[in-house]
Amino acid sequence: MLAWTIYLSFAGALLLALLPKGRNALARWLALTVAVTGLALAAQGFVAGMRQGRITIVDVPWIPSMGIHFMLAADGISRILVLLTGLAAVAGVLFSWNIEVRTNEFFALFMALIGAVYGVFLSFDLLLLFVFYEIAIVPKYFLIAIWGSTRREYAAMKLVIYSFAGSAMVLIGLLAAYTTAGCHSTGLIELAHAGLPISFQMWCFPLVFTGFAILAGMWPFHTWAPTGHVAAPTAASMLLAGVVMKLGAYGCLRVGIALFPRGLDPWGFSFIGVGSWRDVFALLAVIGIVYGALVALVQTDFKFVIGYSSVSHMGFVLLGLMTLNQIGATGAVLQMFSHGIIAGLLFAIVGRIVYERTHTRQLVELETMHLSKRLPFAAAAFVIAGYASMGGPLFSGFWAEMQVLVGAWMVKPWWTFAAGVGIVVGVAYTWRAMQRAFFSDALPSTHDLELEHGHELAAITWPEVTGVLLLAGVSLAIGVWPRILLDSIEPAVKALLAGGVQ
Amino acid sequence: MNYTDLFRLTLPETALEVTALVVLIIDLGLLRKSSLKLRVAVAALLGVVGCGAALWALNASGGTGYSFEGDLLLAQGGFTGAAQSGILVLTALTLLLLIDSVFTKHVGEYVAVVLMAAAGGLLVASAHDLLVIFIGLELLSLGLYILTAFAKSSGKSAEAAIKYYLFGGMSAAFLLFGFSYLYGLSGSTNITEIQRFIAISGPSPLLYVALIFVVAGLGFKVAAVPFHLWAPDTYEGAPAPGAAFIASVSKVASFALLLSLSFAWLLPNRIVESGQTTLAQYIYSHSQVWSPLAFILLIVSAASMVVGNLAALAQVSVRRLLAYSAIAHAGYLMLGVAVMPSLSGLEVVSFAYTDLWKLAYRSANAVLYYVLTYGLTTIGAFGVVSVVERDTGSDRIDSFLGLHKRNPLLAAVLLVLFLSLAGIPPLVGFWAKFFLFAAVLGVSAGPVPFALVALAIALSAVSLYYYLQVLKRAYVMPAVNETPIKAPAVTMAALLLIAAAVVVLGCFPTLLLVWIGNH
Repeated sequence: MLAWTIYLSFAGALLLALLPKGRNALARWLALTVAVTGLALAAQGFVAGMRQGRITIVDVPWIPSMGIHFMLAADGISRILVLLTGLAAVAGVLFSWNIEVRTNEFFALFMALIGAVYGVFLSFDLLLLFVFYEIAIVPKYFLIAIWGSTRREYAAMKLVIYSFAGSAMVLIGLLAAYTTAGCHSTGLIELAHAGLPISFQMWCFPLVFTGFAILAGMWPFHTWAPTGHVAAPTAASMLLAGVVMKLGAYGCLRVGIALFPRGLDPWGFSFIGVGSWRDVFALLAVIGIVYGALVALVQTDFKFVIGYSSVSHMGFVLLGLMTLNQIGATGAVLQMFSHGIIAGLLFAIVGRIVYERTHTRQLVELETMHLSKRLPFAAAAFVIAGYASMGGPLFSGFWAEMQVLVGAWMVKPWWTFAAGVGIVVGVAYTWRAMQRAFFSDALPSTHDLELEHGHELAAITWPEVTGVLLLAGVSLAIGVWPRILLDSIEPAVKALLAGGVQ
Repeated sequence: MNYTDLFRLTLPETALEVTALVVLIIDLGLLRKSSLKLRVAVAALLGVVGCGAALWALNASGGTGYSFEGDLLLAQGGFTGAAQSGILVLTALTLLLLIDSVFTKHVGEYVAVVLMAAAGGLLVASAHDLLVIFIGLELLSLGLYILTAFAKSSGKSAEAAIKYYLFGGMSAAFLLFGFSYLYGLSGSTNITEIQRFIAISGPSPLLYVALIFVVAGLGFKVAAVPFHLWAPDTYEGAPAPGAAFIASVSKVASFALLLSLSFAWLLPNRIVESGQTTLAQYIYSHSQVWSPLAFILLIVSAASMVVGNLAALAQVSVRRLLAYSAIAHAGYLMLGVAVMPSLSGLEVVSFAYTDLWKLAYRSANAVLYYVLTYGLTTIGAFGVVSVVERDTGSDRIDSFLGLHKRNPLLAAVLLVLFLSLAGIPPLVGFWAKFFLFAAVLGVSAGPVPFALVALAIALSAVSLYYYLQVLKRAYVMPAVNETPIKAPAVTMAALLLIAAAVVVLGCFPTLLLVWIGNH
């Protein structure tokens, strides 16, 4: 059934594209129906696959002469990421309820992007995975360039060039692995068992890993992320931060680490403490955590704060992957899910609930608007989302980051110390943004109150409430009872670390 | 020498020539007083019927080709057959684009020239003899010069034609010079005979002079750097259906020729059968001769990729952009042609002969897959350009502003075609690149081919930028003028057909692969 998430999304995209112009309400409801059905399918697949290993869904020869299969399968990691995609899709549609320009095209591109993301998470053939990965690039460009704000054409082009450069590196690695393994198959399982020589893995691993990690926002290739997130319309930045960055991280894990495990072996010499590709990427991840947090601390634009916080949080994912131990990698996968939910919520609050009403994202201007009084719902939602984002207990981020930190400690304690600095700074920037945007000290003067009286901010609508409740509820549920996801993640990560793919 | 066989083998060419005459007679005789609209429709449809008849004749005549005194003169089947079928289908598509065109009153002549040039293309694709190759190339090229000049009221068309003609004449001279040296050295005009001579005598300076002249002449045909200078002007000046023909059919024919030249040495050879040398020795001495030359081809390939892609970034005319992208695509294709001969003697002898043959077959198929799908896509691109041009009077990228509002269907076709040219899956352009690069790495995973494949992939990331510049104007930037663009019915139908083919062949990549393989 999980495969239908892909087909359904693409069919929905096609239907929406063909919808006559001007039927905005119909387009919205159609998109919501498709997204909710997708989520239902994803949830059903998640529940049905609980406590099971990899389940093959479809496996038909696609290009038999080259051993390329249309192979969809799901293990625990895939299932939770598909579930995340379903949630992000529903929330994204809800927070795009106010799109009035070219509505049907917006939702068509949105559903095409969602379909491609589902496809990446479910592909167990490297070439098929790559095909879906590339399909995702084009809708992103148009979503940002057409419906975006601040320097949208620049940001959209930058994002596309970064993504395409990354996927070019992946394609080179793919072709190299395919030919080195003897041109028999591009199946992930077959390639993992092909016994690729260590010397080959040593150069192919960093190539492929970097290619994917560009999309995961790895420092220093992260610069597309803040500009892209800021320029994108709300739903697109929710998807970018929520699931698209996870495509990169997922690729790092599923392709980079699983196919080229020996690429992480020590080089045999070390240079200022760096003795393997693992050290290199862990170092970059730690720099990303601290750097993203520090830069977020000094932003004047509310959305840039969230944009840079994404870079910082994705650093935890990459660090968790580089621990290569059970607890760290499990934490990384959990962090993918958790950050997808929380970043989506933050972007929704900043981009949709606040910006669409105040028409500014500058913290200096927001400070004078007394939003905690005028938009109490937004303030309350941001307090919850900010708390979750800091890694507060009872929310999903806590378990994820804690597992990553424990895993990192087991390898090199200084990784944990450095990342811990990032968490402290994370508290600071969230606090600063929250305080300045919603709870500024300056009490409104009578003059301000008179001015504001005639300009009431639009009331909160039901799609916004539903979306916030959905995302915050999920994060809380995972925070209270993380076993829901961990039961799926742990065996899958164990199998993946033990022998590539099961 | 058996004229019946020869006639049967050249039935497709004959069908095209006869149709050309029929079109002339009907257009200049029966329909002289009719309206232009009717004349265009009749001429173009007759041309399409002629292509259909030739296609039928092509598939009807089985056989392995025509030999003269034991040496292959005209090949048949194999990749020749696939290339010939492709030439006919693509010619028919460019004729469909003609139906709604208004650049000329002399439609009968136009269609006749197209058909004759296509016949030249068929000859080029199958020829295995220097003389036949040269005659085919001239028949094709002279047709192309005329097609370029056909928009008589446009100064650009005349300028482009005279540039094309001068460059073309020079390259033909180079080619003929090289051919004459080859003849002088080997005493034969037959490719197989020449291969035999090369295998026995080994490398010599004069041989390399001859081969380099041949490379220069053929490099001009496929618009590879540094012989590419004619392409932007010609693509810009030629009437759209003519430009589409130049960009597609002539490319397919030229690459089919390059394939037969670079893979002919692998054909079963009499020199081995007669016991003068062993197969291993023959192949070894061949690759000794060829690998330096292939190195030159690889340089030409890399230069074309780099220059084509980088120059395209700066273009403001969509036709010139397509021209530079064509140069880049020629670079990718040259990679597929050159990699097999680039194997050094030691590498070659490490393969069994059957493996060698299989690899050659695979890369030839990949090159054909690429050039056929590229031709198809590029015809569609020129079709879209022609519709926009007729409405706005210019092919500058700014005339594509707001296309999605002015004609959503046309914009959608443009989206599909340009994304396919950029190599975005699941469109057919992605598979073309994938098969080609996989074939190249399958032949040789040495550092040089690998570096070139990596360069090609990196440059296709660059190419996405300029294709997106056009799509950005069509979809993102605000329209200056929102009056709808009316697309003529037949052109639109042809464009939709092409776009649908690009999507379907992309989703089911084996369809075309199997079709080519079955020839």
